[in-house]
Amino acid sequence: MIEEIQDAETLGTNPGDPLPQLPGHVSHGRFERVLRAGHFAVTTEIAPPDSADPDEVLTRASLFDGYVDAINATDGSGAHCHMSSLAVCAILTRAGYSPILQISCRDRNRIAIQGDTLGAAALGVCNALCLSGDDVGAGDHPEAKPVFDFDSVSLTRTLRVLRDESRFLSGRKLDLAPKLFIGSSINPFVPPIANRADQLAKKIEAGAEYIQSQYCFDMDVLKDFMSKAVDMGLTEKAYILIGVGVLPSARTAKWMRANVPGVHIPDNIIKRLEGADKPLREGRNICVEIMQQLKETAGVSGVHVMAYRQEKWVKDVVKRSGVLDGRVPWSPETEELN
Amino acid sequence: MYKVRLWSVRRSRFMEGLYNTVNPAIIAVLKGITKVFGKKLDKPITAAEAGLKGFLFDCQMCGNCALSKTGMSCPMNCPKTIRNGPCGGVRPNGMCEVKPEMRCVWVAAWDGASRMKDGDAIKSIDFAVDHREKGTSTWLKLAREELAEDAK
Ligand code: SF4
Repeated sequence: MIEEIQDAETLGTNPGDPLPQLPGHVSHGRFERVLRAGHFAVTTEIAPPDSADPDEVLTRASLFDGYVDAINATDGSGAHCHMSSLAVCAILTRAGYSPILQISCRDRNRIAIQGDTLGAAALGVCNALCLSGDDVGAGDHPEAKPVFDFDSVSLTRTLRVLRDESRFLSGRKLDLAPKLFIGSSINPFVPPIANRADQLAKKIEAGAEYIQSQYCFDMDVLKDFMSKAVDMGLTEKAYILIGVGVLPSARTAKWMRANVPGVHIPDNIIKRLEGADKPLREGRNICVEIMQQLKETAGVSGVHVMAYRQEKWVKDVVKRSGVLDGRVPWSPETEELN
Repeated sequence: MYKVRLWSVRRSRFMEGLYNTVNPAIIAVLKGITKVFGKKLDKPITAAEAGLKGFLFDCQMCGNCALSKTGMSCPMNCPKTIRNGPCGGVRPNGMCEVKPEMRCVWVAAWDGASRMKDGDAIKSIDFAVDHREKGTSTWLKLAREELAEDAK
């Protein structure tokens, strides 16, 4: 343990100098360690800046210090242009953070994606999340050519081939395989709701080792989905993290429901926000309550807090929910590795 | 045609039966034809496949036909050409995120598969398509594969 702590301090902060890989682990990363140790994990999402300034990335990441186990770097989410997820991850690994590289199939073909995956691992990135990606029409460059050479399932399988078989899809051998902890996403809240557990099974069969879900504002649907997943044995094969969000007002909630693809917000949540004296506070209360219920739901291994433009509240909701059970995730100030 | 496509998915069990009987027959005939004519008739055969499957399923001639595994709903009509769908953006009414006027092809696919005898085929992974085969005939490909098998 002492050795590990020293390693974390001396090695973990430089790209290419990751933590030692523990037996039975596929990556060198801290995120995988937290999950495999059986802790309830907390992840969040960083909004990549519209800037070439690396300090901006670090400033945004520091908002979560001590409260999250990993930070997702989005890949042109909503089909809007921002700093690339690979670059955000590289900057974060330099400071010792544990970023999750989101890879969307929208903008790159299999040649680019495999190359970027090797590059990310070379820069010290330990986690990747495979996504299909939003439609280009949803973004600020609707005239762009959508690529979609892969879908998220084929992408997941491809990363497993790179890592486990140490080769490109073409068969050409790699000298060093990328040691990545590989995940994918699921949205249990939109049709075909009856088949979403089957789709989860496909993602896991393709090689997903953890899953991060779309926003959960509907515990009834989630509980059904999770009980199916548990019955199918899927929660034994992959760690499931459920997405939660902080809604600032009924108006924003209604706007998101109507305009952001895949976001399901039931009427009772909107009513609660409408009836609240302090909607912003109520939005955080809702988030805290859902997190607490998720912690008690069989098969759920963690939460993924998405708080776009509400990032400053992530610490608050995580703290109040108590889901960390007093555990303090690593941050640049942390002296000890948990 | 969108309406015919929906009709085909609604009758996925019947279409599956039809497909399972007609497809081998077509392939058997094509084996004979390619043996005699080589590649000379590829163009009209491809056009016939495009016409028939285009009418029934809005087939996009990807050359990697997966209809029997996708509830008879052609995945290449998905604006993201997802082969293991759907994506997470499906609208609450089951319509497509990108084209709100179209039923999500993967909502249709799971629905179609639920009525098919071999519907569980949708649960197996379909790896990314080989883009070199776009515009080519899956029938001819199968016929030639079988011929090569026979020759072994
Ligand atoms: S909603 Fe369905 S058809 Fe539309 S992009 Fe997503 S998977 Fe494809």
